Amino acid sequence: MTAATETLNPIQGGHADEAHGHDDHGHHASTGWRRWVYATNHKDIGTLYLWFAFTMFIVGGLMALGIRAELFTPGLQFWQPEFFNQLTTLHGIIMVFGAIMPAFTGLANWMLPLMLGAPDMAFARMNNWSFWLLPPSALLLVISLFVPGGAAAGGWTLYPPLSLQFGMGMDLAIFSVHLLGLSSIMGSINIVVTVLNMRAPGMTLMRMPMFAWTSLVTAYLLIAVAPVLAGAVTMLLTDRHFGTHFFKAVGGGDPVLFQHIFWFFGHPEVYIMALPAFGIVSQIIPAFARKPLFGYHSMVYATASIAILSFMVWAHHMFSVGMPATAQLFFMFMTMLIAVPTGVKVFNWIATMWQGSMSFETPMLFAVGFVCLFTVGGFSGLVLSIAPVDTQMHDTYYVVAHFHYVLVAGALFSLFGAVYYWLPKWTGYMYSERMGKFHFWWSMIWFNVTFFPMHFLGLAGMPRRIPDYPLQFTDFNTLASVGAFCFGLGQLIFLYNVIHTIRGGVGKAPANPWEGSHTLEWEVPSPAPHHTWETPPAREVVEKGLKEQLL
Amino acid sequence: MNVENGVHDPHYFVPAPSRWPIVGSSGLFCLALGAAFAMNSVSAGKWLLLAGAAIIIWMLFGWFGDVIRESTHGQYGKQVDYSFRWGMSWFIFSEVMFFGAFFGALFYMRVITVPELGFDSTTHDLLWSGFKEAWPVATGPKVDAYHAMAPWGLPAINTALLLTSGVTLTWAHWGLVENQRGHLKIGLALTLLLGATFLGLQAYEYHHAWTEMQLTLASGAYGATFYMLTGFHGMHVLVGAIMLATMLGRVLRGHFDKEHHFAFEAAAWYWHFVDVVWLILFVFVYCI
Repeated sequence: MTAATETLNPIQGGHADEAHGHDDHGHHASTGWRRWVYATNHKDIGTLYLWFAFTMFIVGGLMALGIRAELFTPGLQFWQPEFFNQLTTLHGIIMVFGAIMPAFTGLANWMLPLMLGAPDMAFARMNNWSFWLLPPSALLLVISLFVPGGAAAGGWTLYPPLSLQFGMGMDLAIFSVHLLGLSSIMGSINIVVTVLNMRAPGMTLMRMPMFAWTSLVTAYLLIAVAPVLAGAVTMLLTDRHFGTHFFKAVGGGDPVLFQHIFWFFGHPEVYIMALPAFGIVSQIIPAFARKPLFGYHSMVYATASIAILSFMVWAHHMFSVGMPATAQLFFMFMTMLIAVPTGVKVFNWIATMWQGSMSFETPMLFAVGFVCLFTVGGFSGLVLSIAPVDTQMHDTYYVVAHFHYVLVAGALFSLFGAVYYWLPKWTGYMYSERMGKFHFWWSMIWFNVTFFPMHFLGLAGMPRRIPDYPLQFTDFNTLASVGAFCFGLGQLIFLYNVIHTIRGGVGKAPANPWEGSHTLEWEVPSPAPHHTWETPPAREVVEKGLKEQLL
Repeated sequence: MNVENGVHDPHYFVPAPSRWPIVGSSGLFCLALGAAFAMNSVSAGKWLLLAGAAIIIWMLFGWFGDVIRESTHGQYGKQVDYSFRWGMSWFIFSEVMFFGAFFGALFYMRVITVPELGFDSTTHDLLWSGFKEAWPVATGPKVDAYHAMAPWGLPAINTALLLTSGVTLTWAHWGLVENQRGHLKIGLALTLLLGATFLGLQAYEYHHAWTEMQLTLASGAYGATFYMLTGFHGMHVLVGAIMLATMLGRVLRGHFDKEHHFAFEAAAWYWHFVDVVWLILFVFVYCI
């Protein structure tokens, strides 16, 4: 511990670096807006990512409330159908690319160097660029709302022929996706190289924290598929403006081709939003069960299996588009196969809790909530993987319910858990446990009130992406809308709690506020100094934590 | 990889706060907005495009200038070198996947879409019954007649040019490793010359195809995949050539020694990657 704290002393670190010439970043500490705009510090950039993600979460969330307000009762109340479609499209794009993905990248930025014992991300300057491409892409989407014809309105999947017919809004969405892709690729290369090349002495691949593993595999997936999405939207662009026939049968092309390319990206994308959540939960559950993670090695192999399988299941999104029976069977069975490694994970989390000395602070509540609800979403996914069943449910509210269980109760809950878990490290103060617990239960209840009825709506045949519906769907829709507004309101408690913590919370946080956490980030003081691990942590420090984790 | 090899710089180089990323983002924003405007005939579009391009060029000079200064001042240790190697490898992997999307489109259209449209099926009858399955000349009712590009003329010469350029580049690399600067300079210059000739011939081929063979972007599935694959490849050759030209400039200023020349290697990796893409493209776009 002494060895660790010594290397962490920022003042001492600054002096030591003086001998190394003018490059020491400590000397250039920018202030004011430059600190954020020119940032090369992984903590500053991580903070930027997290606040951007939260802002986009609010923007996308308000759009969701716009959708739910319209669907409160049958008939058209607030929006024209065209604008309703723009809302569903932008809600999807903003939540996926603007909220969930940047939030995970922000966490990786903040935590990976701390957890691995690295001084910063491998490419600190490029790291800044990965972040600062996000606000311009968000701005393009916002601008698209105000151009003639409005924003893209063909759903976040941008299927042709619809996406070939919109006005300038679609072009802006396409270029926005290009910038988002660039950002993702650079951010992911940074994460992969940091994990591969920046670990402390003694921390071999099979001994690093699960969050590092899932970030590594996620980043690999993103490097593999973000360029494919860029290719797909580029083909849309040339079909729209340069006369090509990629997606037009009139010249030998095929709109279904777009669906294949899109979902070759899109399915791994699903795991890009799920795997980091698995990593976070795998850090939180052992900490609050006060037991090492059960089956670390099988967790690693399960993560890798999910990633590999995710490249071979894409056409399960297209069962109703027309496909040979052989292809349907192949994609159906491959999809079901993913339940095996995912099941390994769920059972490992349960086994970690088994006979543990558990306590239920807010991060643990969100982690356990994640395990329960993500499993529900996994099961409804299994239902949808059955081709003959999917033919009935395709494009109904059952699908909406399914992916909101894995994305809201899955990805988002894990993010809330992560924020509560690491907030003491970030701010140096403890958050209010009362407010945190209230936030959890409030979210848990209203999430289910919002999305559980959607299963029934879907089974009864209500299609997604429509602003109006037949009378028999009224009750469940009304219920879902009430739930959505309450859920949204509850997130203000979260915002208040975070700001309250930054301003002092309920008292100072020790270096390690959790009894059962043994990863390296807890070896540095709270709040984490601006520069940490400028020289790699001593081997004993690394080994001590690994021993506690039985690694 | 580092832990297993035990490579740790005593002070891993972390760059100082930098203005270049936000400059690059502003440039890309102008390019994106400008392109969207230009494609929809908004007059501000082309000015935004110009401004964006200028900003990006400024950023490239500034950013790479910083990197070169840091490198020549000896600030990059062994561990940073590993990072660069990993980083460049993963970047090339992302490029492979980008081309994969377009090759995927080509294979899908040739194996599934075009046969399906020409097959005696309902799709066929409903869309147009006169359509005959054929490749490359698969024309729908709204596609003008065109000629396909034969492989054994210019494309074959281009293949030879690019393959030779791979050899000359490796020869230049040997010169660098053996500290024979003259040898290195000639090798690099030859590679650049071959690359530039390739681009010139490609431009001639496009001109010929567009004006005399009626082969345009609108020439059905064949025209679309032909131009998009060869076009993106050509853009990558251009980028690779700019990288190599930068390396030649640095060599002439006395940069690099046999230990420290990762920039050269990165450019070489990129060039070889572009070569391999061309070979696959030559087989699947021109020959088969």
